[in-house]
Amino acid sequence: MSHLLGIETLSTEAIWDYLQLAKSFAAAPPARELAGQRILLLFYEASTRTRASFEVAARRLGAETVFVAAQASSIEKGESLLDTVYTLRALDLRAIVMRHGSSGAPGLVARNVDVPVVNAGDGMHEHPTQALLDGYTILRHRGQIAGLTVAIVGDILHSRVARSNILLLTRLGAKVRLCGPRTLLPPELAAAYGEAVTATHDLEAALEGADVVMVLRIQMERMRDAFFPSETEYVRAFSLTPERLRLAAPQALVMHPGPMIRGVEISAEVADSPQSVIREQVENGVLIRMAVLHRLLAPRAA
Amino acid sequence: MPLILKNGRLFDPGTGRDEIGDLVIHNDRIRDLGPRIAAEGPGVLDCSGLVIAPGLLDAHVHLREPGQEYKETIATGTRAAVAGGFTAVAAMPNTQPVNDHAGITTLLTQRARELGNARVYPIGAITAGSRGEQLAAIGAMRAAGAVAISDDGRPVMNGQIMRRAMEYAAMHQMPVIEHAEDLHLSAGGVMHEGPASYRLGLAGISSASEAALVARDLLLAEQTGCHLHIAHISAAATVRLLAEAKSRGVRVTAEVTPHHLTLCDEDVRDYDPNFKMNPPLRSAADREALIAGLAEGVIDMIATDHAPHAAHEKQQEFERAPFGVIGLETALPLGLALVRAGRLTLRRLLAALSLAPARLFGLPDPSLEPGQIADLTVFDPEREWLCAPAALHSKSHNSPFLGWRLTGRAVHTIVGGRVVYSLAE
Repeated sequence: MSHLLGIETLSTEAIWDYLQLAKSFAAAPPARELAGQRILLLFYEASTRTRASFEVAARRLGAETVFVAAQASSIEKGESLLDTVYTLRALDLRAIVMRHGSSGAPGLVARNVDVPVVNAGDGMHEHPTQALLDGYTILRHRGQIAGLTVAIVGDILHSRVARSNILLLTRLGAKVRLCGPRTLLPPELAAAYGEAVTATHDLEAALEGADVVMVLRIQMERMRDAFFPSETEYVRAFSLTPERLRLAAPQALVMHPGPMIRGVEISAEVADSPQSVIREQVENGVLIRMAVLHRLLAPRAA
Repeated sequence: MPLILKNGRLFDPGTGRDEIGDLVIHNDRIRDLGPRIAAEGPGVLDCSGLVIAPGLLDAHVHLREPGQEYKETIATGTRAAVAGGFTAVAAMPNTQPVNDHAGITTLLTQRARELGNARVYPIGAITAGSRGEQLAAIGAMRAAGAVAISDDGRPVMNGQIMRRAMEYAAMHQMPVIEHAEDLHLSAGGVMHEGPASYRLGLAGISSASEAALVARDLLLAEQTGCHLHIAHISAAATVRLLAEAKSRGVRVTAEVTPHHLTLCDEDVRDYDPNFKMNPPLRSAADREALIAGLAEGVIDMIATDHAPHAAHEKQQEFERAPFGVIGLETALPLGLALVRAGRLTLRRLLAALSLAPARLFGLPDPSLEPGQIADLTVFDPEREWLCAPAALHSKSHNSPFLGWRLTGRAVHTIVGGRVVYSLAE
């Protein structure tokens, strides 16, 4: 049984396969090869764009989706994850797309069901379709990933988007610079990913000559746990402004996985600048998710 | 009729005796031992190829009764103990209700006596309900048979309460056992903080969260003169603090678990909750420091922190699953693996599993000498077996060693002169 649980467990060939397939879907929309198949979207955390993106992707392939939100189900009553999944399994599902607040939860489900599981974000672990769509977006604009320098800025510690992107970008030959406050970017974190990944707490150093700048959302709840003192303090040191962006390579791409708070981690001018590909990331997300669902569910051509 | 253990390797870590010979038990005591004791008859156990050692004592076990009998009972827990070669266990007080008064203490000892498996030494709570606020009925529990006090599972976070507990326990000649964890530093954490936790995206528990509380408690032990025992130490920083305190004569002992001696954070794979325990599996460097500390005697003993949990509790998201793993039936082979690897001598291993915990609780030194109570562990150091649920006697099977081929196993466990367990052929 094939699953998509993370970039870490994906072969480099499989990564390229997803990227190529998404490209071919952009050129020519596929037939409704998943007609009649039912896909469960099991979301234990709120999500706007990822959920919508998977729904659109499934429908373009002809599949139908069943959406189950944690808040509206027996999950709130304390039912275990596996019991919930076993119950929903009776709905003749062909795949489970799952978002969960606990790292590793999709893997737990994958080991206990007989349908493919797609990780749509698990805790602080991985968000593989986000990294694939980010890689796809960079490829579209730069033609390659090898040799590029990508700066990822923000709350690295808690970010599954950062983890999946670090894994995917370094696997495809990019260098990654992580940047954020010391509390949200422990030195050992960068070291855990090898020599292609470096860490700095100085945004200007991170941006210097970077080909791509990925900005991550900063959650104000983190202030409660003393990760940083205030919004003002964060903005002063880590907000991506037009002046700072000028330190990056000319025409450097600006990306953001959303949801984006203008004026905090990114200024409105940067978000709306020609260098920003933030809206295009959303479009590409549908293509990537079509490629993933197609690969896991459609009968493979020889 | 006497029971004769024939032709075994008589190994006594206290006296240093190590010879092939026989041992004669009469009633509940050892009557004689030596190279050639002529005796035949129905009361003879052939111990060729087996080691005969003073009974092992596990200083840190969760029997779960009363209150959580679906995880373990005194019956199943003491059965697992004797199957693992332990003739006695010390029972942690975090049952439901908590063992914070003499009633529960008495219940434990009575129930264990009725069952007649391993002996059970109750550990009373430090504070009422282990809530860390008010001292428990320490004197009454002592009178009912409690051998130590601990709020295990939780630290005593309030330093003043800990100081008072130590002063009070010292008056009763009882050690205070600390679960050393600064709850602010460890808040939200589920595994060791380090490269592995960062990759897995799991919140970390830093080594400092343990060592910080150890440092505080060492100062209090020095001030109060109380015997402080640190439960399940996991960090190299803690070993350093212990070595320093011991060199100055502070009354402190410490235990380490077989899983911390065997595994490290890199072994946490696939978010398997059988690798989730508190304190967590730390770095490979920490593990090295623990092995060295045990070999040198900075760490006094091995204790399992046997913590049974039902399958449905462990079959969950890693973050949601409870902390803890079982250990009674795997401790001896894991210890013997360190001996085979040349990291520990057999004498040091067996002292760490019998002599040191007995001294912690003020019990007579376990030994093979004539006149001693016949609590004995007879084990085959070469016996290979597969660690699988069917091979275990504990009610729960939450072990990180499932699927491991282990070498070394208890063959006969003798408590008070009675063979309470023999390995089925």
